[in-house]
This record gives sequence, structure tokens and C-alpha cells, in this order.
Amino acid sequence: MDKKTRTGLLRQLYKIRFFEEKAIDLFCEGKIEGDLHPYIGEEAIAAGACAVLKKDDYVLSTHRGHGHCISKGEDPRYMFAEILGRETGSCKGRGGSMHICNRELGILGANGIIGGGLTISIGAAISSVYRKTDQVTLCFFGDGGANQGVFHESLNMAALWKLPVIFICENNQIAATTPVSEVIPTPTIGQRGKCYGIYGNTIDGNDVEAVYNEVKKRVAEARKGNGASLIECVTFRQKPHCMDMVESRQWTKEELKEVDQADPVVLYEAKLISEGVISRGEAERMRKEIKDMIEEAAEFGLNSSFPDAAAVGDYVYAQ
Amino acid sequence: MREIEYIKAVTEALDEEMARDRDIFLIGEDIGQYGGVFGATKGLYRKYGPERVKQTPISESAIIGAAMGAAITGLRPVAEIMYFDFITLAVDQLVNQAAKIYYMSGGQINVPMVVRTQYATGTTEAAQHSQNLETWFAHVPGLKVVMPYTAADAKGLLKSAIRDNNPVLFIENRVLYYKKFEIPDKVGPIEIGKADIKREGKDITLVSAGMMVERALEAAGELAPGIDIEVIDLRTIYPIDMELISDSVKKTGKVLVVHEAVARFGWGAELVRNIVEQLFDYLDFPPKVLGNIGVPIPYSVPLEKAAVPQKQDIIDEINRMIKL
Repeated sequence: MDKKTRTGLLRQLYKIRFFEEKAIDLFCEGKIEGDLHPYIGEEAIAAGACAVLKKDDYVLSTHRGHGHCISKGEDPRYMFAEILGRETGSCKGRGGSMHICNRELGILGANGIIGGGLTISIGAAISSVYRKTDQVTLCFFGDGGANQGVFHESLNMAALWKLPVIFICENNQIAATTPVSEVIPTPTIGQRGKCYGIYGNTIDGNDVEAVYNEVKKRVAEARKGNGASLIECVTFRQKPHCMDMVESRQWTKEELKEVDQADPVVLYEAKLISEGVISRGEAERMRKEIKDMIEEAAEFGLNSSFPDAAAVGDYVYAQ
Repeated sequence: MREIEYIKAVTEALDEEMARDRDIFLIGEDIGQYGGVFGATKGLYRKYGPERVKQTPISESAIIGAAMGAAITGLRPVAEIMYFDFITLAVDQLVNQAAKIYYMSGGQINVPMVVRTQYATGTTEAAQHSQNLETWFAHVPGLKVVMPYTAADAKGLLKSAIRDNNPVLFIENRVLYYKKFEIPDKVGPIEIGKADIKREGKDITLVSAGMMVERALEAAGELAPGIDIEVIDLRTIYPIDMELISDSVKKTGKVLVVHEAVARFGWGAELVRNIVEQLFDYLDFPPKVLGNIGVPIPYSVPLEKAAVPQKQDIIDEINRMIKL
């Protein structure tokens, strides 16, 4: 992998991490009315997967979607403005954190329903095949979403019609407060792909290059018309399900250590430094630059005005 | 003018629209070579092929979700839900996703899709195959709900539904499917949200939609000339054509709404709410709603008849109202 791609991945990891940390700060300062579902710990999946995509490829995201939106190119200024409910937000303040989308960038939306993107992704894939383009669709969902009935319907249909959709299961091993071991009776989720007749695999979701390489292979297959894939990426959710909830997990010291040592941002920075791709100084400068950019983006949001209440009835029906 | 079956008018609308616009495709169960369990898509698979007439597994959530996904990425799908009752399996896709994304996206992403379905009471198919759920969806901001009675209305309104840039629920009736109607040689799009006076009258306003328009017309025919009933075919459940309703109520001062949907919390109740709020001074006496009395549609024929308003129920109610 060339230096440009690798440093690009590291930048994306920082971007997501610092965005989420800033969003959490704003929340704790009482500046965000809504809730947040922090992606901290899972960044390698969004960063690695979306780096493979072109601008006109489609992404279906989740309620924990800031990482996907950032990785697909949405401007952090508009994202902060959106979660702050401002008129300058990605969705003019109408959608909030869980519904950020950008049609031009192919971000068909974060989604407040667990598994909500699964059936929509089938349609986006049908559409690209119908219009004879080589666009692919990435559909993100979690270990929780993998048990929704629509998972079954969607994988079945994708397999049947060899649709260019990559189903990415972000197994962060917990759904709200319910551990994955209590709801998935098989060793992996990736093995479900085989049952539908599509490619299925389980990889380390904390290794951004592993995610990148796996998704790149499967996207290439999809563009060639070789159909759908299921990629389970195993990771950790470092924060509680959402900022309104207390942490349900009672981490032991060993478990906490395991989570720390799996931190995708820390791991990748260390890797690039140790392999001489960047120096410690360069990494620090990169971090500072991105942190500053995030600060500015948050300021943009905080300084933006709220929508006019008189416009509350806009956007119910299109002309 | 010519005579065709209501269902043929649906097929013609689909065919003419698909010929006109390559972005339109169909998706649903058994709609392929068989032409749909009732025959609504007959001949279309042969003409347009599997690419544009997509026959699916039994997966209502995926059918509607896929229609939405295609609609937000440049196409204009027409999905079929075989029985109105089965829409329950796709309510998240229709209500949480398709209806709301235009708003939630701040106007970036609209959903030009149609969901065609059919209902009826009176076919002895019992509770899970005989429901009128249009009120549920008329209640959802972001959706439009259309329920035509005549074949010409079905053809024209389906064309409009397909050309509409919002999710439209298009509700046909399987008893009406094989009924012959007079239809103009050419039928263009009919505006969604415009009701139609099917029979002019001056004594009482009788509002209905779908199959019930037929019973309303029959009742009006029997009560004439003694009572002169104006029968309004709502045609679109949402948006309601209050302008036309208004003109009629101002003329008659008396309103009866009749539908097959359950009376309580039905769209008739919403219509009456609007009438009472906006036309109170014009009313001679309280408006009334007749609907399903509040039972799951029974299987046994006499029970099924007793559950929803029949022609005689309408006649009896009008006679009661006129005496007031």
C-alpha cells in the first residue's frame, strides 16, 4: 500500500476520533440537545471501507454513523451544525445525528432504525445495475442488526440477483446493553454469508489496512458483477451505547487493557511510525492540524443560527 | 369511449407509463409471467422482461425497502403488495424510511415511488385478507394515499402516482377489478388530491371512496327522486379535497361519510373533523360516519355482510338523517 493511501487512512482515523471526542465534549457541556452514539473504537471500519469507494458509490450508515459520513467525505462543519440542530447542518437541522445524509456524496443516510439500511441498500444496488453503472453499495449494520428479519430478506435478495452490495457487519460485541454472545448462537456472523450463497468472512475490525484490503477485494468483485459479500469486522465500542445511557459493561482490568490495546487509531499511528512511513513529529503535526480543523468545524456549528420555526412544515412533500 | 375491466385500466396505466419512461420498473410477488395473482401486470413481463418486471421472493420488507432504495438513486419503482393486509410486514420501510427521508434529509432526498395494493371486503377471505388500512398511512406525513373507484380514475390516478415525486400508496379493489367501466380512449394523468362528484344532488352530501362509492350510488339511485343525494368520490384519502367537499356541504348542509374501514379513528372521522371545524355554520345536523362496526372481518358470509355498511345500511341511515 502506498504512503499516500496509508497516511490518508491515518488522517481519516484521527478525523473521526477527534470529531467524536469533540462531539462528546459539546454534549457534556450541554450544547447538544439530542443524543450521540459515539463511534470511538470502531474507526478502522469506516475509514478502511470507505477509502475504497468512489464518490458515486453508495453508503447506508447506522445510528452510530458519524464515522461513515466523515469517511465518505461529509464536511465536519455541516455535521457539527447538524447535530447542533442548525440551519447550516447537513440536513438543515431536520435530521440530527442519526439521520445525516448527503445525496451528492452517496451518503444515503445514517438511520435511526437498527438494520434500517439493509433493504434500502438492495434498492440502491438494483438501481446501479439497472442503470448499467459500476457503482457499489456499502451497507453498514451491527451485531444487533444482523438479527433483524430484514438481514435475512436482504442477503437473500442480494444473493439471488448478484447485487453489487457489500454488507459490513460492525460487530462491536454489544448491542445497547446486550452482549453478542447472548444473541448470536454461532461462532461468527460472517459465516452466515455462506448460508445465502454469498461470500462471507470475519476479519479484525481494528486493523484499518485489513479492512481496506478486504473491502477492496470484495468491491472489485462486485464491480465485475460477481455479486454481494458479507464482511464481519470485529471491534470494540469504547463508550456506552449512547451518551444518555450509563455503561452497562462491567469491564475487568484485563478487558479494559484488551480494549485499549486494540484501539485502532493508536495501533495504526504506532504502525506507521514503526514502519518509518511517518515520523513521530509528522504524526503530531497531523494530529494538531486535524484537531484544529475539528475545533473550527465545531465553532462553525456553534456560530450558526437555528432554522426559522416558520419553516417547520417544509420538506414534507417534494414538488 | 370503450368498456374495460378496472384491472385492465391498471395494466394500461402501467404499460403506457413504462413505455414512456425507462426509469419505471415493477417489483413484487408473482408479477412476472403469471401477471400478478389478479392479473394486474398481465403481459408486462413478456413485453418488458425480467429487468423491468422484477418478481421477488416473499419479502415485503425488502420489496418496499428496495423500491425506496431505487427511488432515491434515480429510478421510479412501482412496488406491488399483494394484499393490503401484507403491508404490515413493510411498515418500517414505508413509514420510518420512505415517508420521512425527504424531511430528515432537509430536502436532499425525495422518494418517487408507488406502492400498489388491493383490498376488499365481501370475498369471504377473512380477517387477514380483507382489511382497509388506508387511514394508518393517511396519518403519516410524507405519504400520499389514493383509492380510486372507476377504471378511468384508476388509470389516470395511477399515472399521476407514478409521476409524483413522493411515495404514493395506490389502493385498488379486487371486487372492482373485474367490473367493466366506460373509459375514454385516452386517459391522461388525473390530479392527486382532487375528489369527484359522481352524482350531483342537493339534499345530502354522501362521501365515499373505493368500492363503497358503488354502494353509495346504488343507495342514491334507490332513494331518488324523493331524496336527491350528492355522491362524492374522494378518490384521494390524503390529501383530502376539502374545497370540493366544502362546496357540497355548503349546498346541502348534511353529510354522511361511508367507508369499509373501521369507523372508529377512520378517515371518515378525519373528514368530519374538518367539516365541523370549517363548515359548522352550514350544518343542519351533526355529520355521521358509517364504517366497519369494529370487528376483524369475519369469514362466514352473513357475518361479513353485517360487519361493514351495505346498501341498505346507507339507505336506512339517510332516511334517519333526513327525518332530523
